[in-house]
Amino acid sequence: MAAADDLAFHEFEEATNLLAETPDAATTSRSDQLTSLGHVAVAAGTGSSYGAEDEVESDKTALLQAEKPQPGFWTFSYYQSFFDVDTSQVLDRIKGALLPRPGHNFVRHHLRNRPDLYGPFWICATLAFVLAVTGNLTLVLAQRRDPSIHYSPQFHKVTMAGITIYCYAWLVPLVLWGFLRWRQGVQERVDPYSFLETVCVYGYSLFIFIPMVVLWLIPVPWLQWLFGALALALSTAGLVLTLWPVIREDTRLVAVALLSTVVLLHALLAMGCKLYFFQPLPLEQVAPPAQVTSLALHTQLPPTLARSMGTS
Amino acid sequence: MAEVAESPGDPGTASPRPLFAGLSDISISQDIPIEGEITIPMRSRSREFDSSTLNESVQNTIMRDLKAVGKKFMHVLYPRKSNTLLRDWDLWGPLILCVTLALMLQRGSVDSEKDGGPQFAEVFVIVWFGAVTITLNSKLLGGNISFFQSLCVLGYCILPLTVAMLICRLVLLAEPGPINFMVRLFVVIVMFAWSIVASTAFLADSQPPNRKALAVYPVFLFYFVISWMILTFTPQ
Repeated sequence: MAAADDLAFHEFEEATNLLAETPDAATTSRSDQLTSLGHVAVAAGTGSSYGAEDEVESDKTALLQAEKPQPGFWTFSYYQSFFDVDTSQVLDRIKGALLPRPGHNFVRHHLRNRPDLYGPFWICATLAFVLAVTGNLTLVLAQRRDPSIHYSPQFHKVTMAGITIYCYAWLVPLVLWGFLRWRQGVQERVDPYSFLETVCVYGYSLFIFIPMVVLWLIPVPWLQWLFGALALALSTAGLVLTLWPVIREDTRLVAVALLSTVVLLHALLAMGCKLYFFQPLPLEQVAPPAQVTSLALHTQLPPTLARSMGTS
Repeated sequence: MAEVAESPGDPGTASPRPLFAGLSDISISQDIPIEGEITIPMRSRSREFDSSTLNESVQNTIMRDLKAVGKKFMHVLYPRKSNTLLRDWDLWGPLILCVTLALMLQRGSVDSEKDGGPQFAEVFVIVWFGAVTITLNSKLLGGNISFFQSLCVLGYCILPLTVAMLICRLVLLAEPGPINFMVRLFVVIVMFAWSIVASTAFLADSQPPNRKALAVYPVFLFYFVISWMILTFTPQ
């Protein structure tokens, strides 16, 4: 076709460099329909004028006969577009979340406008099951050392773990995304992430918790706190570095409040997991039994139960 | 096209040669075999069956289904690349296996402890919703396996783990101790590996090669959870 010369699809590496260097020139989500073939078309105008984008878009859609308009959310292919990743891409994103580097924004550099749902969903599922399994294993190991502890499979931990992890990994990004959109309405300068990109950031940042939970099997308390602190630091560093470019143009108060809330919620999740799943020994100073997180009361012997009830 | 063009060199001789006269001079030096297979699609064949199976005895019907299920069990126990499970999928086998596993895994009804093993319903839900989730995942990644074929394969490949559950229950009748645990651990690990090998033998070809690991990992997680439930089972 004669017009094919006008549409020089950039190679994947060039597009990466362009996107990484000029984050303002990132394609908006409207051009996702054009990228489904695996090419990243970069509208390299830094002003991101919508008129130019429209022309480019109409040219491309006219020529790409196989290209359908964005399918509705009730069709299967709509959801298939969120699973359009290869093994190497998923591994690369996990690596990017594990080792956050100050220069590389996770969303711009690794997601590149192709957020996926595979990573967040299966990382959450793995984390939930690993939590339940290692929590159970901790009880087994504790019982070996101290035969007075009553061992039971504790299957309800699986459901608790699943609900907690999934709610955290999907509701918190929803709230965060809503908040950022509201600030974008107020500020008019910030280019916020889409909801899926926020879910991706949170989902991949939870990956570090999986080896951390496995390492928590080692029954040395200070080592457990060390691993917990390390994993939490890496995870929150990734989150903060990803959110910083979006929030730095906002007022200082809002930026600091948002980032500290994010860090606090993440820390609360780690602490909650540790206290709920990894305390086989009876806790005497824990909160009153009305709280869901004090599971250890179930395994207590009656005298200690009476004692903790008395102190609450 | 069918008309024979008269040779221009003979304007005088007006005798028209018969159509395709020259064809008889052509001799076929060897027999060109005309053979092949006309595969009748499965649907029409089963429709033929349907009309004739109404009059057979109930025993015949049940035995036919049981034989089909048994044949697939053999395919799972000795996994090699065949598509019997995929072509003639059925969900009887997975149902039988799931019910057996859930019955053996449930905690006793007199056990009122909140933190015990899974209930019957919990095992059932984990197996079926796990299989549905893996199938959806495989289809979303672009696999070309149908929904029920994938459910069938995943359900049938629970067979090694059901066998492991039976062995574990028998082993648990002996006295408890570390050897008891080691034997159970070994059996469960071997059966877990067997399940994974069996299911990937059937499922791996349906995915594009750059996404095979993405599709196989959830299967690994699924059988791992079932193995953990089997291993941590303690009779009351």
